[in-house]
Amino acid sequence: MKENGNPYQPHIATVEDAWYETQGDRCIKTFKVVFDDEKVRESWAHRPGQCAMIGILGVGESMISISCSPTEGRFLRFSVMRMGKVTQALHELEPGDKMTVRGPYGNSFPVDEWKGKKIITIGGGIGQAPLRPIIEYVKANRGDYAGLTLIYGSRTSGDLCFKSEFDTYNAANDVCCHLSIDVAEEGWPHYVGFVPSLLMEVNPSPENTIAITCGPPIMIRFVLENLKKLNFADEQIYTTLENRMKCGFGKCGRCNVGNLYVCKDGPVFSYATLKDIPEAFA
Amino acid sequence: MDIKKVRNEKFADFLAILGEQKLYAPQKVGESLRFAHVTDSSKVELAMANTTVPPKSIFFPQTETLYRYEMGNTEIQPPAVGEVGIVLGVRPCDARAQVIVDNLFSWDVDDPYYKERRDKATVVGLACNKPCVNCFCLSLGGDPASTEGMDLLMTELDDAYLLQPLTEKGEKLCQAAAAVAEPATAEDLAAAEGLHGQAREMITRKIETGGIPENLPALWENALWQETAASCLGCGICTYLCPTCHCFDIQDEVEGLEGRRCRMWDSCMFKEYTLHASGHNPRPTRRERTRNRINHKYSYFVDKFNVIACVGCGRCINHCPVNIDILEILAQVKEAL
Repeated sequence: MKENGNPYQPHIATVEDAWYETQGDRCIKTFKVVFDDEKVRESWAHRPGQCAMIGILGVGESMISISCSPTEGRFLRFSVMRMGKVTQALHELEPGDKMTVRGPYGNSFPVDEWKGKKIITIGGGIGQAPLRPIIEYVKANRGDYAGLTLIYGSRTSGDLCFKSEFDTYNAANDVCCHLSIDVAEEGWPHYVGFVPSLLMEVNPSPENTIAITCGPPIMIRFVLENLKKLNFADEQIYTTLENRMKCGFGKCGRCNVGNLYVCKDGPVFSYATLKDIPEAFA
Repeated sequence: MDIKKVRNEKFADFLAILGEQKLYAPQKVGESLRFAHVTDSSKVELAMANTTVPPKSIFFPQTETLYRYEMGNTEIQPPAVGEVGIVLGVRPCDARAQVIVDNLFSWDVDDPYYKERRDKATVVGLACNKPCVNCFCLSLGGDPASTEGMDLLMTELDDAYLLQPLTEKGEKLCQAAAAVAEPATAEDLAAAEGLHGQAREMITRKIETGGIPENLPALWENALWQETAASCLGCGICTYLCPTCHCFDIQDEVEGLEGRRCRMWDSCMFKEYTLHASGHNPRPTRRERTRNRINHKYSYFVDKFNVIACVGCGRCINHCPVNIDILEILAQVKEAL
């Protein structure tokens, strides 16, 4: 018998801080949460790229990527877009409110394997949430990595997540930050256009480099195409997949792409793994 | 372990002895035959070829509470699984199906609800003397007298039930029934052998599965998926009644201040199964869903657990309202390979 306890039973966590990243109908709210039980706080260990099942008793659960690096402290961050029943209820939470958390689930970015390499993240919209932990992790262990470049875009400047953090990145001068919006706005000092075009503009060399992309499926498709144009090998390209999930540990069945379960074999995949799975980008 | 028999006239007494533990056996519930708690042994129905609903419902109930809570309170209480006892009259295909599903529910992380029920239960199998017209267990490594996944195998003879204990649990049960059982004779064993042989002969539907698991995904764009999906109603009965289907949903239910988070059977044939909150659906039509169902059973599951997730029980064929026949799909697959 494996000593895994009851994997369906969540821990209770308290919202310590909460703020809106973006406004509008599909707004994104970030929650900083802390486990109520000190033992859980001490034993919880997630790696960049993993997810957690968060929820509200009486409403339900949703699989959300953990958007902070373990190097940031003994708390969790989730950036949640208001979409369905559960995420709408989550958006009602304010500091002091409780949520249920179980996990962490899935594999993670192979950060040890990547030591000595340059890291480029290419994100779009809410896709920056799963990329944020790898950025924070590499920042915290900057000496282990040869470079860190961030390419990130959204429809408008108001749709960019983690905006206030970008200034600190540049000030510390250890992150090369490239931002874009789809349509020109007055006073916008950065790139105007789509993320795949910005990638070509930045024109990174594939030499000793890992590219990680996350965002809407249409963006990922063109980013992959452009990374191939820039001569990135399949093994140098990573992405994270999302699918509807209920359990998080390979039982409920629904998150598979071909013979892979996103919750266990993913959510982090190299393009070398995904390119032969016909369902991967469905 | 000694093989025993219980004469027909003593079978009710035998059931009464088993009934001292919590006993589940096939019974008519509404229009369907399913495994239910035995409160009146005269209602036990062993003559039918197989139950409508497989005995997976005992180990993995159609709906079960994962934990309870009170609204406004964060205290979470998982319910006790309780006594399981004996599951009697399990056909060889279904007993084998449960062993296949064990792979999934113990993969990396044990499912505690399922595991407790499996560990506690004594599975009393019943050999198939008269397989039904759509049975094809022989093609999937099964047999009408297979003992896989059983603690004890019963074979119905003319005047008695033969009891063949297979495990310590099965032996214990035989000992408990000593007062109504007697040693089986050489003639009884020969008669059982004969019935098992006859049953094998009655199974006419067959598929040669060689080559399917490794080559099935290559038929991704084949027209057969559209052709099959064209008549599919998306009702999901093929998955609900499948003894190896194990997918589930998790939902919160609240009545007054009492809340529970529960899981219930779900089906890959439903649109909502994969529907993202954004409205995007990676399997938007029945074509993709049918393709996933067959690929999951005959290829993906094999990749993970080295066994096909189909036992040839024939339920999906018997109960499909539009006569979709998995053997015909597989025949098309073989042709296309």
